[in-house]
Amino acid sequence: MAHRSKYTSPRSRRYVKRVPIFWWVRKWNYTKFILRELSSVSVAAYAVILILLVRVVGAGPAEYQEFLEVFQSPVSIGLNIVALAFVLLHSVTWFNLAPKALVIRVRSKVVPPMFIVGMNYAAWIVVSAAVAWILLSP
Amino acid sequence: MTSDSIKLEVFRYDPGGDGGPLFDTYEVPFGREWVILDALNYVKDNIDGTLSFRWSCRMGVCGSCGMMVDGEPVLTCAAFCRKYAPGPVRVEPLANFPVIRDLVIDMDDFVEKLGRVKPWIIPEHEKPLSEGEYLQSPEQLGDYKKYSSCINCLLCYSACPVYGIEPEFIGPAALALGQRYNLDSRDAGEAERRSVLAADEGVWDCTLVGECTEVCPKGVDPAGAIQRLKVSSTSHWWKSFLMPWSGREKA
Repeated sequence: MAHRSKYTSPRSRRYVKRVPIFWWVRKWNYTKFILRELSSVSVAAYAVILILLVRVVGAGPAEYQEFLEVFQSPVSIGLNIVALAFVLLHSVTWFNLAPKALVIRVRSKVVPPMFIVGMNYAAWIVVSAAVAWILLSP
Repeated sequence: MTSDSIKLEVFRYDPGGDGGPLFDTYEVPFGREWVILDALNYVKDNIDGTLSFRWSCRMGVCGSCGMMVDGEPVLTCAAFCRKYAPGPVRVEPLANFPVIRDLVIDMDDFVEKLGRVKPWIIPEHEKPLSEGEYLQSPEQLGDYKKYSSCINCLLCYSACPVYGIEPEFIGPAALALGQRYNLDSRDAGEAERRSVLAADEGVWDCTLVGECTEVCPKGVDPAGAIQRLKVSSTSHWWKSFLMPWSGREKA
């Protein structure tokens, strides 16, 4: 191959390749990461909806009814399904990553990662059951 | 011995030349046990002696031969040709680093950052030699052992999009090594390292993509080390916020 072999100082110009904007579509693991980060938007949206709900409940039955009607439109239901999927993705991915941050020792033995993941899911189920009981009990 | 051949598309860059990088294609005969590094050495010995790349031990210990093979950061001494044959397989320098020449990257940035995390034991009191070794139990060794397996191969930096986008990020290997010494029972340097590890460009630049751990050839788990550093940095902040009178606490 006809490459020049003349001496060049090791301090001479470097080749620097910029990270492309769509770096995250190159690999499924990167795409999953972006989806996980994007799921925060859904979490924030649910928080905002909850705050609005508290406001309309305080404002009176007419406002509350109007609020419910807005959320019963097909567009709203569709958006909610997408948001719910993202919130579930958010919860599951973070629960599964919890043992990375939490390394707990009990009597010089490290608590198994699966136990930490399991405790997260258990807490999730207990809290969800408590919320369901409050909402559904007559 | 050679029974098959593989087509390599190798990234070439001449810092003294006029143009940018280009790819040269080489057809290399290979045997069953050949790795990509063997194929590159074949090219250098038999086809094109100007091809530049780093390597040393050929056994996954020195950490010199890391390159991008088909877009993935790997140690080329551990990447078997039979997995990629007949090719074409792309061999490029590690991503996210400036290229000096061909497959040789400039790692000065990493070396400087590594020094900043003080990756050595900082004992609370220096003992005279006559008092013997700093002893440690197997459990204490187990606390940090996996983080001490790092061979500075920089595959984790190549897999880390944060380092690619924000070059001031200290990065996975250096942070994991900081944590390795923080977890060492003989060390009392956590407070000294905190200004680097707990800074924005330290652990808080990490968004937990997790690929550093996936590509690590030594099972170091830098992503885990960084998340644990986030927890200890946060708990230290809360302690100093809620109990400012607690004064000098040990690490």
